[in-house]
Amino acid sequence: MSDEEETASQLTDKQKIEIAKWFLLNSPAGEIQYVAKDIRAVLKNERVYRTAVAEAFPLYNKSHMICLEFPDRSGEVLVTSFSEIDKNEYLDPRTAQVAIVDHVKQVCEDARQANDEELPSSFIEEYRCALDAEIIKYVSEAYPKGVCSVYCVNGKDVEEPGSDFELVVVISAARHSPQNFCNGSWRSIWNMEFKGELQIVEVRGKLQVGAHYFEEGNVQLDAKHERKDSTIFQSPDDCAVSLTTIIRHHEMEYLNSLQMSYSNLPDTTFKDLRRKLPVTRTLFPWHNTLQFSLTRDIQKNLGLENSK
Amino acid sequence: MEAAMGLMRRIPPKHSETALSALLSLLPHHSSDLLSQVDQPLQVLCDVDSGKEFILCEYNRDADSYRYYEGGISSVYMWEDENEGFIACFLIKKGDSSLNFMVNGAILPMSNFVMVFPIEDGSKTADGKRGYLQEGSWDAIHVIEVGPVEEETARYCLTSSVMLSLTTNHESSGTFNLSGSIRRQVYFGKTKEMVCTLRPPAEIVQMKLPDS
Repeated sequence: MSDEEETASQLTDKQKIEIAKWFLLNSPAGEIQYVAKDIRAVLKNERVYRTAVAEAFPLYNKSHMICLEFPDRSGEVLVTSFSEIDKNEYLDPRTAQVAIVDHVKQVCEDARQANDEELPSSFIEEYRCALDAEIIKYVSEAYPKGVCSVYCVNGKDVEEPGSDFELVVVISAARHSPQNFCNGSWRSIWNMEFKGELQIVEVRGKLQVGAHYFEEGNVQLDAKHERKDSTIFQSPDDCAVSLTTIIRHHEMEYLNSLQMSYSNLPDTTFKDLRRKLPVTRTLFPWHNTLQFSLTRDIQKNLGLENSK
Repeated sequence: MEAAMGLMRRIPPKHSETALSALLSLLPHHSSDLLSQVDQPLQVLCDVDSGKEFILCEYNRDADSYRYYEGGISSVYMWEDENEGFIACFLIKKGDSSLNFMVNGAILPMSNFVMVFPIEDGSKTADGKRGYLQEGSWDAIHVIEVGPVEEETARYCLTSSVMLSLTTNHESSGTFNLSGSIRRQVYFGKTKEMVCTLRPPAEIVQMKLPDS
């Protein structure tokens, strides 16, 4: 016992914080609060726990792109690295508000109007706004519970036609259904590089899907994919339509390929790992197990059959 | 301890080994509880004397040694319990280690079945190619406890743990990782029912898939 206690004390607080952070950051979608509760009980050290949650929650919230409601219910804000103004401040370009966020509680505690320096120029805003409107339409069609936003991440102050800038479309959809032992999330990030000189828009998409099923077990899906495309640099409205079409097309293709992966599982992927039938290609005849009798085989082999 | 098991139920199964070693270092005085309650993928070592691989598991461990028989990577062990009954344990390991046999799409007879693997240059001949399997493993531990109830009647208790991990990678679908561990416990009065439930082939796969 004393040996074991020594090993425990050998872990420094720093190492304990790192371990706690690892658990928190590996929480499945929507489950970090449960993980935090358990890790607090395991650590039995409030100071270590508080440091770990303070460091891990902001990272988790941003990578899972969680969606929080403004206190006055005027809309929702996505916590992402693209909307981050300060550690606890996240911009919602649609309502031009900045949300003051409590990362560990995962709530928006307050909001303020965004100031001019935090918002893009009116030239950029035309493109951003048109794209946002199209994406809202698409997301409401394709996702039962999807949230989306469009941010300007590069060149937000340019005002001259022909300049370069970059927008990011973020789509986050989560479904938490603990009563069905199932949680899941879909996240996509689409970078749009508007190149004024070349008159093209380059599109890069990162899609990530996760699911956790936990009825009498722990089964998780983790799927990632990247896509690339491009289109012509046009007017704000035309760009919005063609970029949304590109996103719709790629996301639909990805969903189909995910479904293919699932339907391939029993027939091909799984077959590589495990046979459905034994080598004899027949199931064991449980209705007539007498045909396999160990005692009879032994008796036969030993020549005892007749002596019975 | 309850919280530790709660964490194990939430952490992605593909990281379960890291998670267990982290918990062991945080809770050293619970190490034996953790090791016996957390299902881990079966470890395989190679016996340098015979060149055979064998499974390391609590069930075939004897102090610092592990018993194993012919075949090594799937084993059955039986022992008596304290209630005049007996316990049988089946260990099955399939996966990564067999992928080591991948040699340029060759057909390699492995014990009594044949595996065909894809070759790297895009040959279409291989069987495994269709599934785009990049990494995969199947670990199963089935423990059957048999206890006499009265003359001619016995009670069977089956605890099955199956751990599965697979990753496919393909240009159109990206990486697709599915990993999981499921434990089922059933009690039976009759052998027939028990073993029918022991081996429901395709349904297990269906059961594992969360509704999307």
